[in-house]
Amino acid sequence: MNILEVKNINKRFGGLQALDNVNLNVVENTVHAIIGPNGAGKSTLLNVLVGKLIPDTGSVMFDGQSVLGRAPYEINQMGISRVFQTPEIFGDLSVLENMMIPCFAKRDGSFELNAMPPISGQKDIIERAEHMLEDMNMADKRHMHAAAMSRGDKRRLEIGMCLSQEPRLLLLDEPTAGMARADTNNTIDLLKQIKEERDITIAIIEHDMHVVFSLAERITVLAQGTPLVEDTPENIKGHPKVREAYLGETAV
Amino acid sequence: MFNMEKRDKKLLIIIAVLALLAPFALNPFPTDSAMAQFNAGYPDLMQRFVIFGIFAIGFNILFGLTGYLSFGHAAFLGVGSYSAVWMFKLLSMNVVPAIFLSVIVAGLFSLVVGYISLRRSGIYFSILTLALAEMSFRLAYSVLTPITNGETGLQVYTNDPQILMGPDSPTVTHLFGLEMRSSYTLDIAGWSFDFAVGYYLSAIIMVAAFYLSIRIFRSPFGLMLRAVKSNQQRMNYTGLNTRPYALAAFVISGMYAGLAGGLLASMDPLAGAERMQWTASGEVVLMTILGGAGTLIGPIVGAGFIKYFENIFSKINNSVLHEWFGFLPDGLENGVIWVLEHFVGSGWHLTLGLLFMLIVTFLPGGLVEGGQRIAKRLRRKGADDDDAPGNKTPAE
Amino acid sequence: MDAILLQILNGLDKGSAYALIALGLTLIFGTLGVVNFAHGALFMIGAFCAVTVQRLLSFSFVTIDETKTDFLGNPMKVKTPYLESWFGPELGASIIDWSVPIAILFCIPIMLLVGYIMERGLIKHFYKRPHADQILVTFGLAIVLQELIKHYYGANPIPTPAPEAFKGSFDFGVLMGFDPNAIIYPVWRLVYFGFSAVIIAAVFAFLQFTTFGMVVRAGMADRETVGLLGINIDKRFTIMFGIAAAVAGLAGVMYAPINSPNYHMGMDFLVLSFVVVVVGGMGSLPGAVLAGFLLGALESFSSMNEVKALLPGIDQIIIYVVAIVILLARPRGLMGRKGVMEE
Repeated sequence: MNILEVKNINKRFGGLQALDNVNLNVVENTVHAIIGPNGAGKSTLLNVLVGKLIPDTGSVMFDGQSVLGRAPYEINQMGISRVFQTPEIFGDLSVLENMMIPCFAKRDGSFELNAMPPISGQKDIIERAEHMLEDMNMADKRHMHAAAMSRGDKRRLEIGMCLSQEPRLLLLDEPTAGMARADTNNTIDLLKQIKEERDITIAIIEHDMHVVFSLAERITVLAQGTPLVEDTPENIKGHPKVREAYLGETAV
Repeated sequence: MFNMEKRDKKLLIIIAVLALLAPFALNPFPTDSAMAQFNAGYPDLMQRFVIFGIFAIGFNILFGLTGYLSFGHAAFLGVGSYSAVWMFKLLSMNVVPAIFLSVIVAGLFSLVVGYISLRRSGIYFSILTLALAEMSFRLAYSVLTPITNGETGLQVYTNDPQILMGPDSPTVTHLFGLEMRSSYTLDIAGWSFDFAVGYYLSAIIMVAAFYLSIRIFRSPFGLMLRAVKSNQQRMNYTGLNTRPYALAAFVISGMYAGLAGGLLASMDPLAGAERMQWTASGEVVLMTILGGAGTLIGPIVGAGFIKYFENIFSKINNSVLHEWFGFLPDGLENGVIWVLEHFVGSGWHLTLGLLFMLIVTFLPGGLVEGGQRIAKRLRRKGADDDDAPGNKTPAE
Repeated sequence: MDAILLQILNGLDKGSAYALIALGLTLIFGTLGVVNFAHGALFMIGAFCAVTVQRLLSFSFVTIDETKTDFLGNPMKVKTPYLESWFGPELGASIIDWSVPIAILFCIPIMLLVGYIMERGLIKHFYKRPHADQILVTFGLAIVLQELIKHYYGANPIPTPAPEAFKGSFDFGVLMGFDPNAIIYPVWRLVYFGFSAVIIAAVFAFLQFTTFGMVVRAGMADRETVGLLGINIDKRFTIMFGIAAAVAGLAGVMYAPINSPNYHMGMDFLVLSFVVVVVGGMGSLPGAVLAGFLLGALESFSSMNEVKALLPGIDQIIIYVVAIVILLARPRGLMGRKGVMEE
């Protein structure tokens, strides 16, 4: 079953056709990678999915409901979580507090004026956040200032925060960009582990072919704002059109 | 009790005890000693300490937690004062309905202002609040004269309706018969201590307001507000709508400002538009930053500090300076006095401005951070093993 | 019709002042990314340059005129400005009379210096700090400057007249075929408007036609890239800050005859100038100028009795109302660019 159906999306910025009639289906419980050279429209597509951009035409259905015209926080509450290219966490808060915030969002919705009871009394939230930190192997860092962590740890925390919301669809925007090889491999392992342990669909935008071929079950190749081809990793590797448009120079 | 952590409970108790004993603590010098001019234990000044403390505590809930810098909060204080005086004019001189209404009206007004200005953030938000407050200030001076009595200021007249006034109700502000300005003076061997009803009412309300702010800081709501300051983008992509959170903080701080305004009017039943001017908003920003924005105790420290030194510095004049530096050779004495006279008397604002620049530049965490740094250094000197790393929770 | 025209003219001088201050503010925003709450104080310093020059020029010595007596019957003390004794009474008096225009020459180096000290001494350290900190520290500086002026010049406004030659009024009505005296307009205000137009044109020409200006404009668009090209923009931005200060100062000098300088004039103009910048669009120079004149004209238009009868009090708040509406409807202001101070 398709959890995400993108139909005939067009988006224009002035003279530039950023997205040109994009169609994309993501099957539930798969890892779907979207690849393409710079300027292919990957980020624009992602921003459409999370509600940051509104396309000129077309429709985006998530689990049978339209996401278009909804604010990012509403789309998140529908079950789509996003991991950013540079980790977006709450740098001024402690790691544990970082993890508690999505737990509150999951429990209380987009707004709840919970101004009197102390946090220390929110046992369910703390338990959940602690549990998630253990899952992410970060329990020992719970009192650290989030901004003081390494980039790899920030990434790990961000993924953990997204997972603690139990999203149906996890969107990752170049999760290993700018990472050292060791950190990249750790992230790949983490994502593999997540895939094994949870019922979750992952859509990943990635530049690094190593990451893509380690994880993806389906791959869509985007070029100049339009999907070139969509297939399994094995077929993509050998696809002449893809080689020509994209892999030619940067093949693994 | 109170559903608080130990540390916070200790803080609350310290503040409560200080507020209770302020008439003693602020009058350490005998009445006729030379140092008596540094005493601050008279009701009028102590009331200002706690009332501006309330104002700053409220402002800190907005600025300290969410980082939204409002330059218009004096408008809420002004509206609170006007509402209170109107209660005196219409009902009676009892302060309870006055304070109650001032909080409500300021809350409603801040809801409107906040709803409009929070549609933008950053510098745009600051300018919107500035514009809205300046607009209210101008309106209060001009068209709204029937409500505000324009430049004269709103006050109570004998021909006002005052429908709840009995034949022998007090004609000054009171709390169910207890007059605000009545006080008891205790003389002990050269020292003189004043215990005024008005001060204690304000102090009790300040302690309650402080308690409330601790609860807000430690609540999930407080955590959300800090998250708003830290990363709005992450908030939005975590399914949280930032605007109602910021608006709630804005309205709460507006109500605190209204409460402060209502109390000011309760101590002295008069309200003027100059209370709403944007420089008055600047003053509460100063207090909060000076004490330490985002810390619990900072705003109270800042308000006390500014109001105390405003009072002391304004009183020092040339002859006092000459008295102090009389021991120096004449030329040097004149030089020293020439420099110092810029900063005292009416030069107090210059001192304030300089202090403010120094604090923002070198000590962005305010006096509280300064105190913590000193304490940490002392502790490190005392015992090295005492230094438990990784155990830092933001917002003391 | 003539009444409306008169009001629009009346708005010109205030509009010019707004435009000049806002121009400097937005230059500083755009190039250095700094929110300068002390910019109003620079305007005020400019005005006090005029006061100072006038005082210096009319510096006098006292002689006793035995032929006259004062009201106590003592011999009359007569003050004679040194200038009159040096250059003869007529030339001396006319130099004093022209002190405001002379102050312009005096003001430019002073303001450049003040701007330089401010940028190198304080603002520089706040480039990377949050906007809130910039607002706060410059707010503190504004208080300091204002209090210093108050300390040395007193709290009362100091009348600083324009040269005798510009004192009269100009009858626009006759020029345009209305009745005589229908539209009379003080000459100095006309001078002020012309002066502002020249300054604005000069700033634009400078930015448009010099290499320096080109780099600054590029820096306004994308600071990092220009930095990467190996161009020392920091130094240029210091100069830019000095220029912005000089523009605000010149606006102040020439405004002195219109409104007697007082220590809080900077704060008064600051709030409105900020509103002007925001309405025009942050970082947009033409926007600042346009919004300055627009709001100046609107303000004086709404102070017409007919308008006030319709909407009482509107003259007091019109600028704010317009600003709020524009900010909500067009968050970037009239001519603002995308991405300037938006996060």
